[in-house]
Amino acid sequence: MSAPMDKRHPYTRSMAGWWKRDPYFIRYLAMEATSVLVAVYALILLIGLFRLSQGELAYNGWLGALKSPLSIGLHVLILLVFIYHTWSWFKVMPKTLPALYLGGEKVRQSVITWAGVVLALVLNLLVLFILAGVKP
Amino acid sequence: MAEGTKTIEMEILRYRPEQDKKPFYQTYAVAFDNDWSVLQGLQYIKDELDSSLSFRWSCRMAICGSCGMMINNVPRLGCRTFLRNYYPNKLRVGGLEHFPIERDLVVVVDDFINKLENIKPYLIPKQPLKLEQGEFLQTPEQLEKYRQFSTCINCMLCYAACPQYGLDSKFTGPGILALMHRYNSDSRDDGRDERLKLGHSEQGFWGCTAVAYCSEVCPKSVDPANAINQNKMGSAVDYFLRFISPRGTAK
Amino acid sequence: MKRSNDPIFWLLFGAGGMLSALIGATLVFVSGIGVPLALLVSRDLMRYELMLGFAQHWLGKFIVFAVIVLFLWHAALRIFHMLHDFGIHAGAGAKLICFGLPLLCTVAVAFWLLNLGF
Repeated sequence: MSAPMDKRHPYTRSMAGWWKRDPYFIRYLAMEATSVLVAVYALILLIGLFRLSQGELAYNGWLGALKSPLSIGLHVLILLVFIYHTWSWFKVMPKTLPALYLGGEKVRQSVITWAGVVLALVLNLLVLFILAGVKP
Repeated sequence: MAEGTKTIEMEILRYRPEQDKKPFYQTYAVAFDNDWSVLQGLQYIKDELDSSLSFRWSCRMAICGSCGMMINNVPRLGCRTFLRNYYPNKLRVGGLEHFPIERDLVVVVDDFINKLENIKPYLIPKQPLKLEQGEFLQTPEQLEKYRQFSTCINCMLCYAACPQYGLDSKFTGPGILALMHRYNSDSRDDGRDERLKLGHSEQGFWGCTAVAYCSEVCPKSVDPANAINQNKMGSAVDYFLRFISPRGTAK
Repeated sequence: MKRSNDPIFWLLFGAGGMLSALIGATLVFVSGIGVPLALLVSRDLMRYELMLGFAQHWLGKFIVFAVIVLFLWHAALRIFHMLHDFGIHAGAGAKLICFGLPLLCTVAVAFWLLNLGF
């Protein structure tokens, strides 16, 4: 008796370059990649803390390095990435929450995103305002 | 053929296991009317041009979940996608991504079917009711908690969308985890602890990295990304609280 | 079924992500652009004496620790997942780097902060 199962030969396609298949995936990877510059910034601060622990001379070396055009350029890039992180963070955040209801109506995910972005804007400006008010 | 009927080129990913070593694209010129879906285009090819073309379909009205396929690299239902939206450009059609190809547009879905069973997709009540006791009662608010997640038609577009499933098919995947959440959120059900054994693992909620493309492609707006990710906080808290109080997870 | 240990790293990832989303941009601006260029903030805002005083205060220690450590742990899980996404198999080596380095940094930051005294 013939065995039709012998004729089956399923073909498995490769996942190589999967992220190139759709702009959605590229945006996803961009969002994930923001974490690299978050880490870079944390390491810059970490080095600053280390230099602080080594005394005034060492610390001033670190502070001086922050004045270089290379450092300022890098921080402009880091700043742009942090802003994109803030936006993408609150875009995803509603997915991690159960459905919220306000006055009997379900709160739309875009509303939660905008609330988060506004909160981030307010807090960031508040911190800036506080720091701008420090006159040593 | 009616006067002024347009023709669109459909590039279909073919694969005949008994004669082909690998899949290849074959182009067909399909004469179509303005209201034709991609599914109708495929049926035209099979009826008029090439009867060897194989593809799944049934209701042709986006409720059976049979005709999922990649249309210009996007997971879509063939019956709910219209040729006029691609005309005059070419249209590329292939079997759902992340599943092995059986033949032409027919993919092997055994993994999905087997996983469906794993999550116990049925009510497990604390106390089964006897027939004389009547039915379980449920308020509209209680229904609302899981209604969205119960509208899944098992079309598997979310699996074609999910890169984590594509990279590792041990991951349970969006649709089935959404179904798990549907039962866990049903007030008539008491089986969440059994289902959460899978939920708390890498094959469950923690295999998801919130790409959320699944929710973008779902034809029924189930939002599987939300179904999965809203369980992470509860699962995380329960991870730490489990030695003190095992019922940490939020409903 | 083996329970995932992701929760530990996911909570840290979430805390770091939230903190960096809520105040990160300003910190980057102030320390990396504002102070060096005396833009919107005083050039002397990060002077040695001030920073030492800040780091010696319990609240300053808390803030410095939270920012550096949580930002690093946020990146840890995301980078670990990205390696997997790019097909780099997330074995013991990847785990050691992705989670071992932030752990090392956490200990170092705590040590330096405590060392600076009160």
